Amino acid sequence: MTEKKDTQVKKVAIVCAKASIEDVYAALVMANGAVMEGMEAKLFFTFFGLDAITKKYMNKLHTATVGNPGMRMPGGLPFPTLLGAIPGVEAGVSAMMRNTMDKLDIPPVDEFLDMITAGGGEIYACKLAMDMFKLEKEDLSDHVSSVLTIGDFYAIAGGEGSQIIFT
Amino acid sequence: MAQKTIAGVNLEVSDEGYLADQTQWTEEIAKEIAKEENIELTEKHFEIIKFIRENESGLTIRKVGKSGIVDIKGFYDLFPGGPLKISTKIAGINKPSSCV
Repeated sequence: MTEKKDTQVKKVAIVCAKASIEDVYAALVMANGAVMEGMEAKLFFTFFGLDAITKKYMNKLHTATVGNPGMRMPGGLPFPTLLGAIPGVEAGVSAMMRNTMDKLDIPPVDEFLDMITAGGGEIYACKLAMDMFKLEKEDLSDHVSSVLTIGDFYAIAGGEGSQIIFT
Repeated sequence: MAQKTIAGVNLEVSDEGYLADQTQWTEEIAKEIAKEENIELTEKHFEIIKFIRENESGLTIRKVGKSGIVDIKGFYDLFPGGPLKISTKIAGINKPSSCV
């Protein structure tokens, strides 16, 4: 008989590499949930995920209305891909989604980062992606602690009971 | 469910220590539960406890942060190690089911 032994999660390092509302919020909810439970949380944004911490874009994230099989019309009918391609539709749908989330008390991105850092969570940006997108530290939200290389990220992600999560 | 004597009262509590019957809650019980969490309750704590008892439905950290009593950082400082779950336990209400 092998004895089952659970190690509690004490720390999470979460990587977000995409800019869609659902990808960014999955990372934010997980990081915030961790600090709410008294765990340590590090949130690392890379590639298009950088939009979530770039002042100019962070509160204007979109969800894809093309190539998104989960997208439905109000009432549950399938959302035609061609409709999603019409200019303005994606912006409208995304605004609707943000509005619905606000009603559930899910905050806008900047306020969510406020909440996470207030609880001791830390926000980081990927150096390589910053160079690729020609971003400077000043372009990023003040909640970002620093810009890290992947080596730096692994250095802060370790420890007993720690998990690395890629959303 | 388990039986537990807190502040001299025999109470029914959940496995995680939340009171089963909210009407049995008293400030004395709150102080005892807080002690188990290594928190010494102050006036400020009680102001927050009053707020969360009155706003149990749909309670989130964000709502506490907007209560005007304390900001979110202050809430974390007063109830270290998980402010929402610890404060609700002390306040004698159900464990919040919210993910934010």
